[in-house]
Amino acid sequence: MPNRLELTGITKQFPGVLANDHVSFSVKPGEIHALLGENGAGKSTLVKMIYGIMQPDAGEIRWNGEPVVVPNPKAARKLGIGMVFQHFSLFEALTVLENIALGMDAKIPSRELESRIREVMQTYGLLLDPHRTVATLSVGERQRIEIVRALLLNPQLLIMDEPTSVLTPQEVEQLFTVLRKLAAEGCSILYISHKLHEIKALCDTATILRGGKLVDTCDPKQETSRSMAEKMIGTGLRDIVKGEGRVLGPPKLVVNRLRTGKTGHFDVPVDNVSFTVRSGEILGIAGVAGNGQNALLDALSGEIIGDDREAITIDGYGIGLMNTTERRKQGLCAVPEERNGHAAVGDFSLADNSVLTARDRLGMVVMGLINSGAAKTYTGKVIADFAVKALGPASTAGSLSGGNLQKYIMGREILQKPSVLVVSQPTWGVDAGAAAAIHQALVDLAAAGSAIVVISQDLDELRALCDTLAVINMGRLSEARPVKDFSIEEIGLLMGGVHGTTEGADAIPA
Amino acid sequence: MELTLAILITVVGASTPILIAALGELVVERAGVLNLGVEGMMLIGAIAGFVVQFHTGNPYLALLCGAAAGTAASLIFGFLTLSLSANQTATGLALTIFGTGFSALAGSSYSARPVTLMQPLFPADLATHPVLRVIFGYSFPVYFSFVMVVAIWYFLHKTRAGLILRAVGENDQSAHSIGYSVIGVRYLAVMFGGAMAGLAGACFPLLLTPQWAERMTAGRGWIAVALVVFASWKPFRLLGGAYLFGLVMTMELYAKAGGGPLSAVPSELWAALPYLATVVVLVLISIRRDASTNAPACLGKPFLPAN
Repeated sequence: MPNRLELTGITKQFPGVLANDHVSFSVKPGEIHALLGENGAGKSTLVKMIYGIMQPDAGEIRWNGEPVVVPNPKAARKLGIGMVFQHFSLFEALTVLENIALGMDAKIPSRELESRIREVMQTYGLLLDPHRTVATLSVGERQRIEIVRALLLNPQLLIMDEPTSVLTPQEVEQLFTVLRKLAAEGCSILYISHKLHEIKALCDTATILRGGKLVDTCDPKQETSRSMAEKMIGTGLRDIVKGEGRVLGPPKLVVNRLRTGKTGHFDVPVDNVSFTVRSGEILGIAGVAGNGQNALLDALSGEIIGDDREAITIDGYGIGLMNTTERRKQGLCAVPEERNGHAAVGDFSLADNSVLTARDRLGMVVMGLINSGAAKTYTGKVIADFAVKALGPASTAGSLSGGNLQKYIMGREILQKPSVLVVSQPTWGVDAGAAAAIHQALVDLAAAGSAIVVISQDLDELRALCDTLAVINMGRLSEARPVKDFSIEEIGLLMGGVHGTTEGADAIPA
Repeated sequence: MELTLAILITVVGASTPILIAALGELVVERAGVLNLGVEGMMLIGAIAGFVVQFHTGNPYLALLCGAAAGTAASLIFGFLTLSLSANQTATGLALTIFGTGFSALAGSSYSARPVTLMQPLFPADLATHPVLRVIFGYSFPVYFSFVMVVAIWYFLHKTRAGLILRAVGENDQSAHSIGYSVIGVRYLAVMFGGAMAGLAGACFPLLLTPQWAERMTAGRGWIAVALVVFASWKPFRLLGGAYLFGLVMTMELYAKAGGGPLSAVPSELWAALPYLATVVVLVLISIRRDASTNAPACLGKPFLPAN
């Protein structure tokens, strides 16, 4: 039997960067094939060429043995290639049914389409109401729409671009069941991820890219996570160095019955949240996206100002009624999830962005005038210390890649030496090497006596980084406990909304 | 009774061009494009319609040429905003200024030269019947506008092409990644909007005042733009809104003419009412959050493919 997909010498040049450099590999029918690499390794470019969104500059794509040119996604779907994007191509104001209809090339009467959708949903256990508006669905449910849409075309190859980054462990397991069933039916799967344990659990073969070049094609079951990670990064992997036997200090950040009002249509407000972070402690807050993380961050940073002064205290001093500027003066810095447009102004230079959050703590404004020398010096230090790839303090924030911007933002806050730091998704979209550097900087900041809150959906990150962990679900926070007391199943159940701490042990399936 | 009928007929006349232009703009905005050049396109349509009517006396040809001229004007807008990604607000305003100047120039030798008004669509027995004329006494554009309300609603909500158009206005990047031509769809929508605005403009010399006057659309294009928001992008609400505005504008005329209870209120207040109503409605909509989400999410944003 010929290979389902075979790439030979695929090359793609962008201005200033060779995104794919003679990449060759093949996918067999029914094979689950991982495409592994850091951000910027060229995975996305490669699959975009397979799916017809871009054209290769050189090289050949063979489909079931025949050389093909894929001029556009429509042609790809016609061949039998389906794709589930990392960022969903969904229309929030439209219904599930309308969204799926848009993805179909053939005109199908909506009643017939609905019955086919129900059939696919039944077969693969992907349950959804076709008449719900997408805006009301969770991220996991939205992904199901994308999968159903792809499956309706009876694909022979399904491309999944980082599908699990937003799912709970249980949802991941459900997804894997669907993918294994598909593969057993002969559908090949190209699975893009950088989560190594998932690739070990799911994939038959792994192709590793680094800097646009193919480094290795291996059997992930024969490799260790560490060996694959090192191939991905190209050097040895650094572990987070935590000072052993660290003693946590007195309570620093105390949050007591914090609640927010409803701010937007689909925002989940925080409801009666209480926790304590001691000096030197890193508290992790796990949870599926959209469970109140944004409201929690805004309530802590001061973007949402509460009505109770004592709801948030630093060293016993109530800051609940203060705005962001006043809270920064009190030593509380925050990094929101959305880096471009929220944490940084894209059209401003990095130096100006530094002025925006560091002006009071570092004296960058004197009598209403910006001390641009101080801003430049500080920004230069951030760039150097956090290995930000930028031309200098004068380059605009928007010109940086996502990962580099994140490094700059994290550096900008960490080097202010805040006594309390609240960060959301500190390493989202950042490659493994840079993520390790950010993690180490957070650990060092904690070691210096700061209290740190890390809100993240990446359980691996939280388990490696944090001392204590709590789970947020529908705006409510579970009790914080030492991270080693949690099993991954228990975190998963809490993320899915199964509460209860005393009878919790019985609720966990063996 | 006689007065009521007369008022009703005037209301229909005043509402029709606004309704037609607003329907066009509604489709444009549903595709995610904000074209503030409606007033300019209407004026270009008005002068084109007038000139053709003046020389040929064929009102249908005049309407068609008005629509064609509006389409041509919209293509300027489309080229600048869609192909060159120029700012839509600024380009739309420029189109209105251009249309005002261009129509004044083209019409300079036609001032004070009369044309014949468009005849009613139905036979004279019905069209001049003392009572039935309220239903049958109008010319083609009036009935056309009603048909278009239904047709556009059906197109947007019941056809695949309409779904694609809404999708493009809702999330252009996604529509692009699924494989739809965002720019292509928007060009078609902008051209449709231009045709409707041009046709609406041609209604002024053909239905309302049978001569050419500079700026004869008198800001109706702006009311059409406001109406689309007023109607929260829904065709049937647009119908209601257009007639409400038409009614208020007619009240102004009667108040100005004097006599009757209407003149108790100064005509300036009547003149300001449509604009006041627009402001009030916009405020109400922004208070009622769920209604404002009906705005196409990509409205006014230029589309630049991510890759």
